[in-house]
Amino acid sequence: MINMEQSGKSLISLEELSKGEILELLRHASEFEKEPNRKILDGKVVATLFFEPSTRTRLSFETAVNRLGGRIIGFSDASTTSSTKGESLKDTIMMVSNYADLIIMRHYLEGAARYASEISPVPIINAGDGANQHPSQTMLDLYSIQKTQGRLDNLNIYLVGDLKFGRTVHSMLIAMRYFNPTFHFIAPNELKMPNIYKEFCKEHNMKFYEHSELSKEAIADADILYMTRVQKERFTDLMEYERVKDTFILRNDMLTDTKPNLRILHPLPRVNEIEQDIDTNPKAYYFQQAKNGLYVREALICNALNML
Amino acid sequence: MEKSTKSELLVAALENGTVIDHIPSDKVFSVVNLLGLNNIHKPITVGANLSSKKMGSKGIIKIADHYFTDSEVNKLSLIAPNIVLNTIKNYEVADKHTISMPDEIKGIVKCANPKCITNHEPMSTRFAVVDKVNGVLRCNYCNKEISIEEIKLL
Ligand SMILES: [Zn+2]
Repeated sequence: MINMEQSGKSLISLEELSKGEILELLRHASEFEKEPNRKILDGKVVATLFFEPSTRTRLSFETAVNRLGGRIIGFSDASTTSSTKGESLKDTIMMVSNYADLIIMRHYLEGAARYASEISPVPIINAGDGANQHPSQTMLDLYSIQKTQGRLDNLNIYLVGDLKFGRTVHSMLIAMRYFNPTFHFIAPNELKMPNIYKEFCKEHNMKFYEHSELSKEAIADADILYMTRVQKERFTDLMEYERVKDTFILRNDMLTDTKPNLRILHPLPRVNEIEQDIDTNPKAYYFQQAKNGLYVREALICNALNML
Repeated sequence: MEKSTKSELLVAALENGTVIDHIPSDKVFSVVNLLGLNNIHKPITVGANLSSKKMGSKGIIKIADHYFTDSEVNKLSLIAPNIVLNTIKNYEVADKHTISMPDEIKGIVKCANPKCITNHEPMSTRFAVVDKVNGVLRCNYCNKEISIEEIKLL
């Protein structure tokens, strides 16, 4: 390990945050929502290194830096950088850390951000490492839940769609372990919640129920309906895909008997799993959810730089 | 020496050093490699396919005038769970214990996930041992779990 004393606090995975730290970050995010434009980062340079393109995440982070008054360097696609010339991740990180006070990185390899945080003299924020972790997404999901429900404790949370490969739903389980949720997993057979996560729920005394169909009856008690995409590429059995592809679509008429406080979340991008006419339903929350990402990321950036 | 079974005679033949016993016969040379015995310039006796009441067939390695740290021998638990380590001083067994899985394994093991950073960067691997009984490791980087049966050594 090269870096023994990093100048700030890296954020690699939500697992390393305590309940108190999560609540504190959410509180700061709500302060940023009240006043998003603050020149806290005047004179700071933040690098956004996107070894894998993700326009949505990059724009959100870069907007957060801009609203805080910081400067941005970086790249949005590794094919334009030296890593395609065979430069190691380590060399890129060491080079960039000479220039920047903070590195926000997304990488297609799992564990890339953890490794970067071990060698970098400046803090690292993980903006997604392959199928592994994407802590700022989870934090904005938590923020959206807390904001719409007024609390995080004792909620009925329904996770729908691809629960096998969906990184966001797995992180949600891990983050909610402090808040006594009741989970409902609604997924096609091939994309069921993996056992390792069900074991995690049991270990942390989180109740869960499994359903193989998305229906009006199944979601009647939901406080949060967290929708994800069911992608064709994930199926080994294409017959199964054809059979289920239209059954995991949320339609407006399914929402008539749901609870008044129900809110629908989705990590975006959406394809067809939420019908367009739900967008004007007051229970739809996915666009505001994405906007919340800005305030949460402002809090995460300031926290990484020890400026909260 | 009062007791004199066959294996203790083998042990007793050493004045000072280490006896690694109860090695599965097919793992003897893996032990040689893992401990880097070819770099130890002391008398070394390697036995394989010896008869054993407990195991049917076993291997044994004796290294004169050399002792290992726990972290050196604990990695042997990755290839066989019941290897016994004897420390010999003055022809007597000064210490005898079955090696155990360490809490953490650095290097040695390759991560089974092809998309793990450790398989793409010049860096060493690191695993937490999450289940010592069934032998389950979790990669410190990609978080994937691998069981001891599917372990590949670096
Ligand atoms: Zn790994």
